[in-house]
Amino acid sequence: MSTKNDDYEAVVKTGNQGTVAAFAPARKGALAQIQHMLHLQPALVPLFVLAMSIVTFGLLLGTKFFSPFALTLILQQVQIVGIVAAAQSLVILTAGIDLSVGAIAVLSSVIMGQFTFRYGLPVEIAVLCGLAFGTAIGALNGWLVAVMKLPPFIVTLGMWQIVLAANFLYSRNETIRAQDIESEASLLQFLGTTFKVGADESGGGGATFTYGVIVMVLIFLILAYMLRHTAWGRHIYAVGDDPDAAQLSGVNVRATIISVYALTGFICAIAGWALIGRIGSVSPTSGQLLNIESITAVVIGGISLFGGRGSILGTFFGALIVGVFTLGLRLAGADAQWTFLLIGVLIIAAVAVDQWIRKVSG
Amino acid sequence: MKKLLISTALVAITGVAATTAQAQDVSACLITKTDTNPFFVKMREGAEAAAAEAGITLRSYAGRVDGDHETQVAAIETCIADGASGILITASDTSSIVGAVTQARDAGLLVIALDTPLEPIDAANATFATDNFLAGELIGQWAAASLGDAAADARIAMLDLAVSQPSVDVLRNQGFLQGFGIDLGDANRIGDETDPRIVGNDVTAGNEEGGRRAMENLLAIDPMINVVYTINEPAAAGAYEALRSIGRENDVLIVSVDGGCPGVQNVADGVIGATSQQYPLRMASLGIEAIAAFAADGTLPENTPGKDFFDTGVALVTGAPVDGVDSIDVAAGQDLCWG
Repeated sequence: MSTKNDDYEAVVKTGNQGTVAAFAPARKGALAQIQHMLHLQPALVPLFVLAMSIVTFGLLLGTKFFSPFALTLILQQVQIVGIVAAAQSLVILTAGIDLSVGAIAVLSSVIMGQFTFRYGLPVEIAVLCGLAFGTAIGALNGWLVAVMKLPPFIVTLGMWQIVLAANFLYSRNETIRAQDIESEASLLQFLGTTFKVGADESGGGGATFTYGVIVMVLIFLILAYMLRHTAWGRHIYAVGDDPDAAQLSGVNVRATIISVYALTGFICAIAGWALIGRIGSVSPTSGQLLNIESITAVVIGGISLFGGRGSILGTFFGALIVGVFTLGLRLAGADAQWTFLLIGVLIIAAVAVDQWIRKVSG
Repeated sequence: MKKLLISTALVAITGVAATTAQAQDVSACLITKTDTNPFFVKMREGAEAAAAEAGITLRSYAGRVDGDHETQVAAIETCIADGASGILITASDTSSIVGAVTQARDAGLLVIALDTPLEPIDAANATFATDNFLAGELIGQWAAASLGDAAADARIAMLDLAVSQPSVDVLRNQGFLQGFGIDLGDANRIGDETDPRIVGNDVTAGNEEGGRRAMENLLAIDPMINVVYTINEPAAAGAYEALRSIGRENDVLIVSVDGGCPGVQNVADGVIGATSQQYPLRMASLGIEAIAAFAADGTLPENTPGKDFFDTGVALVTGAPVDGVDSIDVAAGQDLCWG
C-alpha cells in the first residue's frame, strides 16, 4: 500500500536540497513596493507633499513665492508651532497626546517676563526659571499618566485649563511691551535675533533666518538622532507600540513616559522663549491654538496617533506644509478660510495614508 | 432668658435678611466676551466701581474665549432667574444672542449692549459704544494729512481682525479708508476696494502674533508698504516687529485703535503714529447708572442725537498733531488709558 506520497523518509534521505519554508514572495506591484517603502520611511509622504506644494505655489506665484525671502519667511512663521510639534511628536509616539503644550509655552514665557520685570531677577535666571517651570509641569503630566495611570487626554486636558487659567491670573492679563524688553532684558528676545544671507544692499530681500528657526531645526535633528540611535529613543517606540511587551522586555515604561512628558514641557518652554523673540513682547493671550496646530503638524507629518510609528522629521515637514499653504494661499489672494479647508483635507488624507501603510505586515 | 435670646437671634437674623434683601433690590449683570482681554477687565472694574457707588449688586459673567456664545446665553438665563433689573452685555455673537436678549426684555429687564452693537441694533434697549467708524476715520485722516502729497501714492497694508468680518472690524476698516480718501465700494464689506494704493488685507486675531504674521504676508506681496492700518494696538505691536526684522520700522506709518495703556506708550515711543482711544470704563459706568435709573423710575436711556446708539466718545492720541484733525497729546491719552 506504500505509495510515493507516504514515503516521508525520502525527504530526509535526499537532504535539504530545496527550500523548505520561505516567506511568501514580496508582492511585485509598484503600488505595493511604494507601500512597503513608506512603511520603512514614513516621512517620505509629507516630504513629497511639501515638495509638490512648493513647486505648485512656485509655478502659480513665481518669484513672489519662490524667493529666498518668502521661503525663509515660512520657516519663521512655523518656528513656534514647529518647536511645539517636535515635543508633541514624542508624546504621540508613546501613544499619548498633550493638549497642554501651548499653555505651558505661554505661561513659561510669562514667567520669564514677569520674573524679570516684576521681581527684578537677572534675566538669565528668569529664563532658567521659565525653562524649569515647563519641565516641571511636563514631568507632572508624565507622573499622572505613568504612575497614576490616568489617560493622557484627560490629564493634559485638565492641565491645559489649569495652566491657562494660572497664566491669566498670574500675568493679570498684562502685556510686557517689546520696547521695555529690548531696553532692559534683551536676552528674552534672543531667539528673535535675525540674520540675513544674500540680502541686497539696502538690506531687503534675501534669506532671513532667526535664532529661533535654527533652534527649531536643531531640536528636530537632535530628537531624530535620539529616537533612531539611542536606547531611550527605541524605548519610546517600544512603549508606544505595546507598553506591556516593552515592560516584559525590560524597558522601564514609567521612567520612559515621565521623561518624555518632562522633555516635552522643556521644549515647550523653549517655544515660549522663541515666542517672545517672535512677537517681541510677552503676551499672555498668544499661543492659544498651539495644541491643535501642533497635533495638526504631527498628523500631517504621518505619525500614527496610535503610537509607536512615524518619523519626527515627518512632523517637521508637516509643520512646513501648513506654513507653505498659509503663505502661498495668502499671496495668491485667497480667503484665509481656504487655508483651513485645505489643511482639513490634508489631515484626513494623512490619516488615510497612515491606515493604508499599516496594512503592510512585517 | 432663653426666650429673649432666641427672639433676639430671630430679630438679628430677620434684620440681616431684610438688609440683604434691600441691598439686592436692585441688581445688575455684566456679561463680557472674555475676562482675559484687558478691555473687558477694565470694563468690569468700571462697572464694579459704579455699582458700589449706586448701591447695586453686580454679577459678572464672561465667555471663555471670544466667540463663546453658549456661556453668554446661559448667563442671560441666570440673570433672568436671579431677578436682575438690567443686563450689560458685549455680545460674542451679535445676531444669535438676540433670542436670549428678547427673553430678558420680555421678563422686564433693561438690556444695554456695551461696545458691540447687536444685530439688529434695536434688539437691545440701548447701545453704549465707541463710534468705531469715526475711530477709523480719525486715524485715516491723520495718516493722509501726515503724508501730505505722498498720500497719493501710498502703499497701504490693512491688518484686520477676523475672516468673519465682525461689525467692529468692518467699521474701523472702512472708517480708516474713508478718512484716508479711498472709495469704499460696499461700506459693509472689507476688501472690495479697487484702489491700487491698498496692497492687501490680512487678519490678525487682534494679537501680536497675528499682527506680525499678517504684516509679513503683506510685505511678501509688496516690501515697500509705507502705511499700516491695524485693528488694535497688540496687532500694531506685532506689525512693528515684522517691519523691524527687515529694518523698515522707521519709514512706515502705523495707525491703530483702542487707547490701552501699552498702546498709548507705543505712541509715545513712536511705534504707533496715532491711535483712536475708546473708553470702556465710561461705557460700563454709564451702563450701571442707566440700570439704576431704570430700576428707580423706569427711565430708559437715550441715544446720542443723530446716531442709533449712545456714543461714549473717541479721541485721537498722537505725538504729531496735524491741522484739521482734532487730537489729544500722549500725556492726556495716558491719563485716560485703560489696561
